[in-house]
Amino acid sequence: MNGVHDMGGMDGMGAIEYNPDEPVFHEPWEGRVFALVRAIGPWGRGRNWGNFRFELESIPAAQYLRMSYYERWFTMLVNRLLMSDLVTPEELETGEVDPNRPLPTLLPATTEASPGGRLAEVNPRFGPEQRVRARNLHPRGHTRLPRYVRGRLGTVIRDHGAFALQDTDMNGQRLAARPQHVYTVRFAGVELWGDRASARDAVYLDLWEDYLEPA
Amino acid sequence: MTKSKPKAVGRRRFLKDAAVTAAVVAGQGPVAGAQQPSADDHEHETVPADIALRVRALETVLVEKQMVDPAELDAVVDAYENRIGPRNGARVVARAWVDSVYKARLLDDANAAAAELGYEGAQTGHLVVVENTADVHNLVVCTLCSCYPWPILGLPPVWYKSAPYRSRAVIDPRGVLREFGLELGDEVEVRVWDSTADIRYLILPERPAGTESMTEEELAEIITRDSMIGVSKITPPPTGDAV
Repeated sequence: MNGVHDMGGMDGMGAIEYNPDEPVFHEPWEGRVFALVRAIGPWGRGRNWGNFRFELESIPAAQYLRMSYYERWFTMLVNRLLMSDLVTPEELETGEVDPNRPLPTLLPATTEASPGGRLAEVNPRFGPEQRVRARNLHPRGHTRLPRYVRGRLGTVIRDHGAFALQDTDMNGQRLAARPQHVYTVRFAGVELWGDRASARDAVYLDLWEDYLEPA
Repeated sequence: MTKSKPKAVGRRRFLKDAAVTAAVVAGQGPVAGAQQPSADDHEHETVPADIALRVRALETVLVEKQMVDPAELDAVVDAYENRIGPRNGARVVARAWVDSVYKARLLDDANAAAAELGYEGAQTGHLVVVENTADVHNLVVCTLCSCYPWPILGLPPVWYKSAPYRSRAVIDPRGVLREFGLELGDEVEVRVWDSTADIRYLILPERPAGTESMTEEELAEIITRDSMIGVSKITPPPTGDAV
């Protein structure tokens, strides 16, 4: 989706705020949110939860920018639990379990677990040193093809092997995980940014085969 | 927390927002019982001040429903606060600095080389190490989110996940590096790695001059997280200082 999360190349986001003595979690609640999101995973089985990244990206733009990282995670977690009726707004408000509701039960998975990591070999369509163009795609679901490279010319520098596509449909449901090669593609800075880039510099992105066409 | 006393209406508004967002995520209309935010609500939009309380309420409810085990939550927090962090990456880099054969393995197959030192895990993904030299400076960003080699570097710092870094690292890497205090000459090539897929990047920083007599363990002490993201170089120890 063309959301505000896809911010590579945008101006106006301000100065980088650097804290040399930054703790891992700034406040205890951040650590709890981090751990809760990881622990709650099995409860999404059979409950149609969308892709994690898609749900973060679906937070309305103004809120997305205003929220801290773990506030986004918390929002996403609460959304999932409310949507699946695993907790009620009243329970969240009071911190007390409604005694009239049965305890939730884990469900069997309705879809196969999404594969991760490198997959069995399939034939690559592109090879090192090949010129490619990033396709001008604007899907409504989650994608790993940032706007700033769409339509731009690059060069394949490395083939990482086959991985499952992470893209989703507009409801956050994973597209068919057809294994395909992921390539590191080098885009010259001037190809992406014109004269704002130094002629020497380049940006390297890891792109699935579906994102590329021969140039 | 020392925040001002939260108003109940603020919390209620947050929950309405959350429910509406959930409906949007589900591709449906507003969920049953969720009210649409009124125009009045929008005038008072702020980050809710009582998030610590709301997280605690959520955890309490989930524990009571036997959906999560608080001891497991404690263990996750403890692991990332105390064990999984940039010291792991520093040991990998220090080994590469003192052992050229290890370094070659690291650049060729980083997952296997990191695993030799005991660092592996799903969040490492497919790890790739790129080397900074006098001629080429690499830095890592995730413009879309926050991808980062967790088992090697721990959880990313706030600036790495923030809009200023994510937006500018790709279009103005030299300006970003200047903000971190690193001025690169025009003759240096800058390569920005936007980790968009399942591949995670670790920068192998340049070993500074004057460290020839240091042991692997001493070297690991001077290797910073930021140098392994590529936003800084490692400061050589003061000349003549017996380390």
